[in-house]
This record gives sequence, structure tokens and C-alpha cells, in this order.
Amino acid sequence: MKYISEFRSPEIVNTLLGEIKKILKGSWNIMEVCGGQTHSLVKNGLLNMLPANIQMIHGPGCPVCVTPVSLIDKAVHLAMEHDVILCSFGDMIRVPGSGMSLLEAKSKGGDVRILYSPLEAVKIARENPGREVVFFAVGFETTAPANALSVVHAYREGVKNYSILTSHVLVPPAMEAIMSDEDCRVDAFLAAGHVCAIMGIGEYYPLVEKYKIPIVVTGFEPVDLLEGILMTVRQLEAGTYKLENQYTRVVETEGNKNAIAVVDQIFEITNREWRGIGNIPFSGYAVKSAYSDFDANKKFDINIAEAHEDTTCLAGDVMKGKIKPDQCPNFGKKCTPTRPLGAPMVSSEGACAAYYHFNLAGSVHQ
Amino acid sequence: MCLAIPGKIQSITYLYGGTVKMAKVSFGGIIREASLEMVPTAEVGDYVLVHVGVAISKVNEEEANKVFGYLKEAGELDELYDTTI
Ligand code: SF4
Repeated sequence: MKYISEFRSPEIVNTLLGEIKKILKGSWNIMEVCGGQTHSLVKNGLLNMLPANIQMIHGPGCPVCVTPVSLIDKAVHLAMEHDVILCSFGDMIRVPGSGMSLLEAKSKGGDVRILYSPLEAVKIARENPGREVVFFAVGFETTAPANALSVVHAYREGVKNYSILTSHVLVPPAMEAIMSDEDCRVDAFLAAGHVCAIMGIGEYYPLVEKYKIPIVVTGFEPVDLLEGILMTVRQLEAGTYKLENQYTRVVETEGNKNAIAVVDQIFEITNREWRGIGNIPFSGYAVKSAYSDFDANKKFDINIAEAHEDTTCLAGDVMKGKIKPDQCPNFGKKCTPTRPLGAPMVSSEGACAAYYHFNLAGSVHQ
Repeated sequence: MCLAIPGKIQSITYLYGGTVKMAKVSFGGIIREASLEMVPTAEVGDYVLVHVGVAISKVNEEEANKVFGYLKEAGELDELYDTTI
């Protein structure tokens, strides 16, 4: 199929690797922000093919991984105590809360359903007028339009038994938080292409200027990633810092205006707690008060004790790029995908799970 | 879950009394439904990038071909053009 096969072609991958090796002189740490990119780098064995002088640091771009424990507890509470139909994406339901995961809630009788799209949750609400349906709406900017759209559909159709439990996070504030950390070792960023497909690329100019750092908006296929890396290395070797767009087939400079409009209609920017990282100002979305009938946080009285993180999980250090996943003492021992201690071991986009799977496959050695 | 994949629009239908433009999109043969509300100009035959049931962007063919253009000039891609998947 066109537009997919070409971007996975081994010949082009080798050409790009050759280019990178040809121009590389220094030693660079490049952070890919998005978990989808981490997954692709690992799955396609690219980390092993890159020269040792290029270290990829895996950023906090896995929404499942950064959703706070307290919110998972809230979702579990809704499923168990309020008799709601609790819907979410597949990855989300395995993440450990402080008591149990949504999967465990399901096995204990909670009505927890895995959906592909939030729009399906509105359909379920229409078909079950006597029950409350809550969609656990996590995600970055990429997912915000779909979650917002579900509220728009429910609002327009007069579906009153639908609401969303939001834990929306935003990428640029997280990049800023990483850069302002004293221990930050990041020399350049690959910005998340699908986030930019929605929001455009304008938000990154201030970061480029303030931290004098190259940022290249990059796609997800092997050829995209290597071209993105090549573009950052060119800048790093030349001592320049610019915002560039590798992913022009998908990302337009100004983003998707229709998507931005629907997000603005439903959401407003708020401070947000990131699991493993802490509070980041203005780093998330909350439902606007005009739509509070669709905000599960307001609709239900959820009174539960604040949860504690497992203190032995080093997810925060992994996501800030301070350690590699397999440097965590729990990695592969107390913490595995079937019995995860922390969220990055759950989601296929989490750095810990990605490392675990690819080490098992034996294709890469760290 | 941030996965967004390109697929080709096979057919277009309308939901909710015509207010919502939907498409059947083929991802290498697997057909799924996606809302076209974010890409209202997308038509049958276009490639769109779909994320959790919503098309978020049209894939620009010209741009998609650019990277191959410059590599082809370097004469690197000859084998690739024999394989149509
Ligand atoms: S390996 Fe497990 S315990 Fe260690 S950082 Fe990753 S998720 Fe946390």
C-alpha cells in the first residue's frame, strides 16, 4: 500500500543511516517526545542501528503513562460504586491504580468496556438511556478533537447520560518542563507529528529560541524517524537551532483548523498533574463550564482519598531521560507487562514495555 | 493509543440526520469507520490519517513523494519500484 510500504523500506532506511553516519562528528542526545515514536524506534530495531554517538532519550509522550493514579482510582470508583458504564481505550484499563486497575474492577463485576473511539461511547449512551456512560478521556492534543467531538455529538443529540473523565495533557509545556530541569541532557527534540497535525507547529518557536535547541516535527515510520534524526544531526553539527518539519505530508504549519475549533469549544487550559513528573502549569485540558453536564468530575460526587505512587517505580526518571528503562532495578524482575508496577510497563507506547518486549525478542542489546 | 494510521476512503455516509460525515476507510484491506468532521473536504479515494475513529488530516501525496524524489535521484530506489504491495 502506498504511503506506508515506502516509509518502511529497508533500502531507504540504509540510505538515511549512511547519511547520518557520514555527517556525524559529535555525540548527541535526542529526545523523541512521543510514545508512538518510542514504540516505532524500538519495534523496528532502529536504536540498534543508530551510531553509538546518538542516544535517543524517550520522553513523557505516553498519555497512559502520565495519567495520575488518583484519576485511575476515580475511574475505578465510578465503575464500582456508581454503576456507570465506564469506557476507555484498551491500554488504559490495565494501568494499576492504588487499589486496582479497571481490568480488575471489570473482573469484580464493574461494567468496564474497551472502545476504539470515544464516538462509540456516545452510541452506547444512546442505546442505554437508563444508565450513565463515562468515557475515560486521556490523551495528548492528537486525541483531544475526538474526545471533544464525542461531547459535541452528545450535546447536539440531547444525550444527557454521557460524560467524560478527562486527563488531557499537552506536549509543549512538558517539553518546557524537561528543558528547564537542571539535569536535562537533551540536545534536540523530535516533536510529535500527530500532535502537530492538530495544533500546527507555531507553539515550538518560543522553545527553539528560549533554549536554543533544534526541534524537528517528525512522523512515525522508520523512514520518518531517521529523516527526522538526520535533520536534527545536521543542525547540531552546524551549530544551528531551528524549527523544521519533516512530516510535511501530514502536518500543515497552522494545523487543522476544524480540530482546533472543536477543542476550543469544549476544553480550556488548566494545570495538570503528570504521573511520575508532578504538576506542570497550563499543561492540560479541562471541560469548559458551559459543558459541565458532560464533565464526570462535576457530575459525580467522587470522594476518595488521595492515592500514593509506588515509590520504587522510577518512571519519572525514565520519562525525563535520566535513566534508561532497563536501569530501573525493578525492570523485568518485580515489574513486567503482566504484573506492571508503573504505567510505562503497561502501554505499548511506554518506554519500559517497549524495552521489555524488544529485549525478549533478542533483537537489540543495550 | 496515540497511533494514527493512514487509510484510503472507500465510501462516505452521513450520520445523525446528515450532520456527521462518516467514511469507510480501508487500512490495507481492513475497513473501519471514521468521522470526517475534521477533514470535511476529504472524498472517496483520498488518504486520511485516522486516530481513534476520527480522521485528523489528509495525507498530501505530493509531499509524501518528496522524500522519495531526492533519494531516487541518488539512484537508491531502483529495487523498490518493482514491488507493489
Ligand atoms: S521498569 Fe517498572 S518500576 Fe521501573 S520505571 Fe519502568 S514501570 Fe516503573
